Amino acid sequence: MLQLLWIVPALPAAGFVVLLLLNRHLSRRATALIGAGSVGLSAVVAILIAVSFITSPPPGDAYRQVLWTWFDTGGLAPQIAFYLDAMSVVFMVVITFVGFLIHLYSTEFMERDEGFTRFFMYMNLFVASMLVLVLADNLLLLYLGWEGVGMCSYLLIAFWQKDVQNVYCGRKAFIVTRVGDTALIVGLFLLFTQLHTLEIQPLMAGAAKNWAAGSGVAVAAAALLLGGAVGKSAQLPLQTWLPDAMAGPTPVSALIHAATMVTAGVYLIARTNVLFTLAPDVRLAVAIIGTVTLLYACFSALAQHDIKRVLAYSTMSQIGYMFLALGVAGWSAAIFHFMTHAFFKALLFLAAGVVIEALGGEHDIFKMGGLRRKLPTAFWAFIIGAASLSALPLITDGFYSKDLIIETSLGAVDGNAWLWLGALAGSLLTSIYAFRLVFVVFFGEQQTPVTLHPRWRMKLPLVVLSVLSVVGGFVWLPGWMGGFHPFETFLDTALPVTQTVAGSFAYTGVAALLTSLIAVVGVALATVWLVESRAALARFAARPTPHDVQTFWLNGWGFDWLYEHVFVIPVKWFARVARGDLVEPAFSGIAWLNLQAWRALSASQNGQLRVYIGVAGVGLAVIVAFVVLR
Amino acid sequence: MAAVSLDHGLILAAILFVIGFVGLLTRRNLIVALACIEIMLNAAGLAFVVAGARWGSADGQVMFLFVLAMAAAEVAVGLALAIRFRQSLGRLDVDDADEMKG
Repeated sequence: MLQLLWIVPALPAAGFVVLLLLNRHLSRRATALIGAGSVGLSAVVAILIAVSFITSPPPGDAYRQVLWTWFDTGGLAPQIAFYLDAMSVVFMVVITFVGFLIHLYSTEFMERDEGFTRFFMYMNLFVASMLVLVLADNLLLLYLGWEGVGMCSYLLIAFWQKDVQNVYCGRKAFIVTRVGDTALIVGLFLLFTQLHTLEIQPLMAGAAKNWAAGSGVAVAAAALLLGGAVGKSAQLPLQTWLPDAMAGPTPVSALIHAATMVTAGVYLIARTNVLFTLAPDVRLAVAIIGTVTLLYACFSALAQHDIKRVLAYSTMSQIGYMFLALGVAGWSAAIFHFMTHAFFKALLFLAAGVVIEALGGEHDIFKMGGLRRKLPTAFWAFIIGAASLSALPLITDGFYSKDLIIETSLGAVDGNAWLWLGALAGSLLTSIYAFRLVFVVFFGEQQTPVTLHPRWRMKLPLVVLSVLSVVGGFVWLPGWMGGFHPFETFLDTALPVTQTVAGSFAYTGVAALLTSLIAVVGVALATVWLVESRAALARFAARPTPHDVQTFWLNGWGFDWLYEHVFVIPVKWFARVARGDLVEPAFSGIAWLNLQAWRALSASQNGQLRVYIGVAGVGLAVIVAFVVLR
Repeated sequence: MAAVSLDHGLILAAILFVIGFVGLLTRRNLIVALACIEIMLNAAGLAFVVAGARWGSADGQVMFLFVLAMAAAEVAVGLALAIRFRQSLGRLDVDDADEMKG
């Protein structure tokens, strides 16, 4: 069964090729069938492989499939090879399964769109690239997938390219993540020059053997990989692209900018955990970046009034939690939160998509309101998603994973009280903004009429993801609940076990009670804030000049302004100044010369037959004279 | 009958050729241009015949027959072109046909 591994990425790639070649000759039905069907089949194969992997684990708890040698030059011979261990199994299944649900949803969501085929073409390419990323056996192949998903992200953010603003948003996402990608590729150069291979397992073994903990080269390598992860996962300071990435269609936001691509950074760090263990300072930086980002994003989310931007900031903040977990060596906890987050955040985005479609493309939450009865499916899906996001105790999957991260941030050997407090504060803010969203969108008075109701292809993914958002967390229950944790046992075959402080307060039921309480208090606060004082809401919405702090948070703490003034304007200025350098006249000189030559030769072609004959006669005379008189 | 010397024959051919060529350069009427081409062709044919006579060979006269055949074909095509030219431009001025200028 495991031999079928290559089929998993090959199916969406084949879907991409077919859609690319037959582009205009396909009916919408055929496009939908190929686009969603290829990912669906891929999901089936992935699940079969996962079942086979779990029931009869391969020797060494990892399976390696070599397809062919990519190229062989200068001692570098990367192979097109896939590596399957517990972690890549989790990523593969989540990507294909959630990916399929989102594709199914898109067949209805995008049905009136002009670029229907183009959309599925890009989406299939994205899924294939993402699978290559998480299955890659060497870092170069991983980098191929990494760039592939980045390109698809760009293409899909700018999907509605007739509005130039969307194109700018796509460009911004591409350029900002490029900063991180450059760090990543430099990191690969460093690893290759030092350890002479890019194959992940030998590379990690070599690093552990040759490098001392805290040595300069280990720190440099880990820091460069972190740079790549920060860019892709929209963490501080490269986070500015993610809110603008919401310019793309909603299924794109659900798949790429919530469930899968933005967690590639988490995958990269977990995959190269040996390097990060060798560089404790960098790991501390990961934890701090995660904590600061999650708080930053929570505050920003509180002030947004575009439904998708709220969700974008919440994605940023949940990935902050994952980074926090990675930083304190809670590798498995981060992967667990990746999985639950993929379920509930995809659910939230898809539900938001239903609302946006129903209201004819309205994004402003203050123009929604009162949709509880009109869109019951979206309402219940959104409630479940928001509850999961807020980690409401016991009945949501977000509780189990986020609670685990909060526990780990204190109870792990590398954890400390500051990180724990940050995580708790983030949890409080998360439940406030999540339920603020629920109350503003679904309660109160209706502002905009509902023009469109979702049909089964949009409802089914919502139902499936709702169920998963409830039961998805039961695979790893905390110690005080009896310690049922097959997910952890499974991941432990691939990732190091987190070292914990024995008898830490973090792992007691009291701490869990505290985290639960905080989530509930957050919901209560949101209720008090918005539902019980409609007048305040009205004032809040109608205020002509918003409060300074609110504006500050709305604009993401002025990072865009800062980067505009520190990077964009100086670079543009320099480009303008540098236009007149020495190279410029050389090239324009060549162009000028060509232009003059064209003018002269063009004048000779005057269309006058008699002139041609005259010239030909003179030429003939000259040739004859030359031959005769020589 | 005294044979025409080679020099005289070639000089006559050259004069005929230059007359045809100058006519082609100076006259704008398409029919006249075609006539000038005929004169030039006959100049070439005369050169063949004179040269053949000088060396006592029939080749020159054979070549002249070829030139005649070609001239007949050229006139057929040329006159057909002239008719089309006249139909599309309304005149027979070769200078009007300058639409292909660069």
